[in-house]
Amino acid sequence: MKTIREIEKSLNNKEISSVELTRETLRVAKEKDQELASFLSFSEEIALEQAKSADNLRAVDKEVCWLTGVPYGLKDIIVTKDVATTASSKILEDFVPPYNSTVYDRLLSVKGVLLGKNNCDEFAMGGSTENSAYQKTKNPYDLTRVPGGSSGGSAAAVAAGLVPFSIGTDTGGSIRQPASFCNVVGLKPTYGRVSRYGLIPMGNSLDQAGPITQTVEDSALVLNIIAGYDPKDATSFKKELPDYSKNLWEGVKGKKFGVVREYLNEGVDKEVAEIFKKALKTIEKLGGEVVDISLPRSEQAVSVYYLVMSSEVSTNLSRYEGIRFGKSRDHFGPEVKRRIMLGTYSLSSGYYDAYYLKAAKVRRLIAEDFQDAFKKVDFILGPTSPVLPFKFGEKIDDPLQMYLCDIFTVPQNLAGLPAISIPSGFVGKLPVGLQITANHWQEEELFKAAFAFEQETKYFEKKAEGF
Amino acid sequence: MSGIDKKTVEKIAQLANLKLSESEVTKFTSQLSEVIDYNVEQLNKVDTEKVEPLLNASGLVNSTREDITEPSLSQDQVLKNAKETHNGFFKVKQILDQT
Repeated sequence: MKTIREIEKSLNNKEISSVELTRETLRVAKEKDQELASFLSFSEEIALEQAKSADNLRAVDKEVCWLTGVPYGLKDIIVTKDVATTASSKILEDFVPPYNSTVYDRLLSVKGVLLGKNNCDEFAMGGSTENSAYQKTKNPYDLTRVPGGSSGGSAAAVAAGLVPFSIGTDTGGSIRQPASFCNVVGLKPTYGRVSRYGLIPMGNSLDQAGPITQTVEDSALVLNIIAGYDPKDATSFKKELPDYSKNLWEGVKGKKFGVVREYLNEGVDKEVAEIFKKALKTIEKLGGEVVDISLPRSEQAVSVYYLVMSSEVSTNLSRYEGIRFGKSRDHFGPEVKRRIMLGTYSLSSGYYDAYYLKAAKVRRLIAEDFQDAFKKVDFILGPTSPVLPFKFGEKIDDPLQMYLCDIFTVPQNLAGLPAISIPSGFVGKLPVGLQITANHWQEEELFKAAFAFEQETKYFEKKAEGF
Repeated sequence: MSGIDKKTVEKIAQLANLKLSESEVTKFTSQLSEVIDYNVEQLNKVDTEKVEPLLNASGLVNSTREDITEPSLSQDQVLKNAKETHNGFFKVKQILDQT
């Protein structure tokens, strides 16, 4: 699959029209997806209509947007008017939304082409996409392994070349971890950067939508369109938006990268730690300075996350009562029920202070740790996931073990920070991601650092065999 | 120890409006105990005296807008996904006694 920039060029040069591109992309995607199962649905008719409209615009306007006429996927937790949106749950099996999410509206406004909706864990709860009520998405780099989650369909689809980009959502790592497992680029923006309007909510104080792409430049190009204040989301921020793709080449010379050494001792696969150490060498070679830092409260991050998130889940999912839309509550899958139960318990009378409130207090300390760190460094580096992509069924029956795999990705959601996962090497054929975290609103800096690493290493060029 | 037993799980399920099977109750009893015990043990390592809870990481408070009405979804659109409607309303089960 070509990158967004490359597709833009061929559309501009009239090598191909958007309708032709969309037809061909659909044909290939449908064929490859029989094995991969990364899409829950293809919206063929709508895609061709949108492609035609993009071609018409391009015919009269030379200055169209880089996404005009470019096909993409949306995680099926992003609400699309008149296009079924299931959250990969049986409870929303027959739900056809009467309105659009702002993310989709923005992509409509520049005439992107919605190819279909990507599979994910049910209500975005999980780290392997095995919790989808419909199908198991495979990892294109090893079909016996999971693609990560919860945005596993999006990551697998981009990695296998079905679409140049897909939009995922990230509550505790759900964009970054599947990006790491599938050798693609996944960005979780600052909380408040991208409107949450029309994202089926999981943890309102944690959720963010963001791009999953093949390259860092593509990630910047997509963020340029979906970011920005939205009156429909009271937690979105009125803040100036830079052109994220403009200064990518500025590099990292003189920038300071913080590393938490104690992270690498416990619970991290040896091979993952080795690849991370190699990545540090690359950063130094590029002129960055690697500095030891400590984030003492990160040890508690997973515990804070699972109490805060599940509390928000139990409140959020009370809306599914089978009256206004959707089916009855017995259509929830096991992980969703588990989190509703956990959250209901944490919020119930007599336990609220000890669980939810205590967690919210430790959350503040975690956020303060990051602010202390950012007085000394520009970025924080770490592996995205402590483990390699695992086999189907390997962790699904042990929720606590599965939860502990989120150790490197949940702190950023708790603190509202932007972070990106980029390809950083392979163990055999299995990809390993590098995570770069920056302070609030520093996505532009994040892209520059990620781009420098990407251009030096070019791991994104190694595509999955057979795709 | 949280002391989550079957009775607690059944009570929580009722609060959460979830109907659980016997085997789900058994499974959740052990899984919830394990997850809660682990998390609480972790949190109790941290002194949080005088720490204010953090509820929103971006620091934004009370975002308001002008009180002006704007077009919104039509009644038809709003009712489109409802299982049962009556005279343009959602139809729900009776919850109050008629007497």
